Amino acid sequence: MKRYTVAVLVNNQYGVLNRVTSMFRRRQFNISALTVSETETSKLSRITVVFEGEESVKQQIINQLYKLPDVYSIKELDDKTSVSCELLLIKMKNEQNSREDIKTAADAFDATIMNYSKDSVVYQLAGDTQKIDDFINLMRDYTILEICRTGIVSLEKGGSTIRKVTNF
Amino acid sequence: MLLTGADILVQTLIEQGCDVVFGYPGGQILNVYDALYKNSDKITHVLTAHEQGAAHAADGYARATGKVGVVISTSGPGATNLVTGIATAFLDSVPLVAITGNVPTTQIGSDSFQEIDITGITLPITKHNYFVTDVNELADTVREAFCLASSGRPGPVLIDLPKDVQLAKCQYTSKPHVLATKKCDVDDDLLAQAAECINNSSQPYIYFGGGLVSSQAQDEVLALADKIDAPIGCSMMGLSAISSTHPRFLGMQGMHGHYASSIAMDHADCIISLGCRFNDRVTGNKSKFAPHAKIVHIDIDKAELSKTINAVYGIQADVKSTLQKLLPLVEQKQRPEWQSMIDDFKQKEISYQDKRQGLTPRNAILTLNKYLGENTPVATDVGQHQMWSAQNLCFKHSRRFISSGGLGTMGFGLSAAIGSAIGLKERSVLITGDGSFDMSLHELATAVSYNVPLVVLIMNNGVLGMVRQWQTLFFDKRYSNTVIDRKTNFSALAKAFGGDGERVENINQLDKALQKAFAYDGVYIIDCAIDKDEFVLPMLPPGGSVADMIVKTGR
Repeated sequence: MKRYTVAVLVNNQYGVLNRVTSMFRRRQFNISALTVSETETSKLSRITVVFEGEESVKQQIINQLYKLPDVYSIKELDDKTSVSCELLLIKMKNEQNSREDIKTAADAFDATIMNYSKDSVVYQLAGDTQKIDDFINLMRDYTILEICRTGIVSLEKGGSTIRKVTNF
Repeated sequence: MLLTGADILVQTLIEQGCDVVFGYPGGQILNVYDALYKNSDKITHVLTAHEQGAAHAADGYARATGKVGVVISTSGPGATNLVTGIATAFLDSVPLVAITGNVPTTQIGSDSFQEIDITGITLPITKHNYFVTDVNELADTVREAFCLASSGRPGPVLIDLPKDVQLAKCQYTSKPHVLATKKCDVDDDLLAQAAECINNSSQPYIYFGGGLVSSQAQDEVLALADKIDAPIGCSMMGLSAISSTHPRFLGMQGMHGHYASSIAMDHADCIISLGCRFNDRVTGNKSKFAPHAKIVHIDIDKAELSKTINAVYGIQADVKSTLQKLLPLVEQKQRPEWQSMIDDFKQKEISYQDKRQGLTPRNAILTLNKYLGENTPVATDVGQHQMWSAQNLCFKHSRRFISSGGLGTMGFGLSAAIGSAIGLKERSVLITGDGSFDMSLHELATAVSYNVPLVVLIMNNGVLGMVRQWQTLFFDKRYSNTVIDRKTNFSALAKAFGGDGERVENINQLDKALQKAFAYDGVYIIDCAIDKDEFVLPMLPPGGSVADMIVKTGR
């Protein structure tokens, strides 16, 4: 089993995300993370999907995605040739005995405080999946109230793009 | 000219070469039916008894003619009744455009009367679907739907049309018939490697599926087989593409395939696979499937390459044009040792054949063969009768075997036979079982209303034979709910619907009945008595390999 990140440019219309995820669901491909956003052109949205599986499963997913008329282009992104990150919001219980330890860890990870209240502290942390996982694991020694993470967004390094920019 | 959405829809259908539609009216599609009424000189609407029948009829029409089938229904239950028909077309890659009415856009999402999310429901069983909200986009949407349905690997497309869009007006300008786009840019290096693989093989086997039929590559396949001296086999979906009597043709392989075809495939060292998808009914146990073979797989759908069986050379392309490029690359070669093995397989197949006299399933189909014209479409339902038909029918013309392969839809046959008869303007034949026929016999009303010449052969054994066969073999004869033994008098039923029919209990009666049926002006039902313990053989048990093939019963 390997972890794959695939970026999919799709027509920016309602229902398109449903078409993509429906294909994953009915073929029992398990999605680890998924992000959707508008892009540099209003006509297209970008879906970044992370999943685990064999090479053959990845190839089948890409082939099936290409069959959807709303899919404009697809690119597999790996760690060597692309940069990726995700965002974490984590709400920790604000307690006398753990406050300093949490702050020390947060500083070491460059996590910033988004909200501070009597009962809780909300930290924000951006980085690759490993960094986020590591931070969450550290926090497990204390009281985590809630976690929310966005899933991966990813772009290729260098001048290459997922679509020919002149097309639009 | 300024037209309503309903008129634009019908005008675009006409513009796209559609002259027959199948369907059923209702509240949210009334305006489209009004437009059909006004244009009834240019487009014929066939009213079925049930929307599912309309979908299967459009499917049968498309399979027989190669044109895009069109089905129209209203919203809600009208739309959901299409679902089995759309799924049947999807699994067998049949070009179909389904048009459904829906409640006005202002009411969408409020669970109004007969509102259903049909685009959501049909998402996994269509190539694509559309919910049209702007009348200005309607004509191009219909054109795109026709193009999508018939391009690449064909399949169904659905257009959901809310009532207010049917009423809204906009300018309409006619455009030419859209043409299906075919992917032809073959990777020449890959093709050269595949040719080398074929040249180096000593036991090549050509195997094709329904993709060969849609690509119309029969001549190329025969030329290839002659040049490399290879036998030809096919999946059920490929049947009728090549004449059943062609000396190189071994017939269907797979779970109930012809013995020689399945065994030859198992012995092959190179399988040239054309427009097929290695379904589980084809391969049996995948780890034991064709263990010595290198697979060259040519298919228009890239997602089928190495999906279930690893292909050494997977080529995404149109079968016909690729074979034309491949032919000069392969060496003309005689393979006498391989041919003598094939001859042995054929001899063995003959020795396994059911040679009993009397009204056996095989003899029934062989008797029917005598009456089939070159152009006669034969539809089936699903079950034992379907396999007996696939094994024993004699085909002379491509697109004349109309059968639900992928989905295996009981109740498909009658409507599909009606659709193919209307499309080809030929008498059609339905071979069915008493179980399958009961699922859709109401469509006899349609056949009679439109005076469709139709011969119905019911292989009536009083049981759900295929399921019962599995219960005999794998469930220790616990016949749970497969003994139906209904008291229906099918010849009286035929008369009640406005046709005619009779019961036959021996082979001479069947012969005479067929003679009568093929001369009858209308629907003629032959209720043919078949023993409930008849088996479909050979049989590869599910998950088994050719080594596990059952060729004879102990009876």
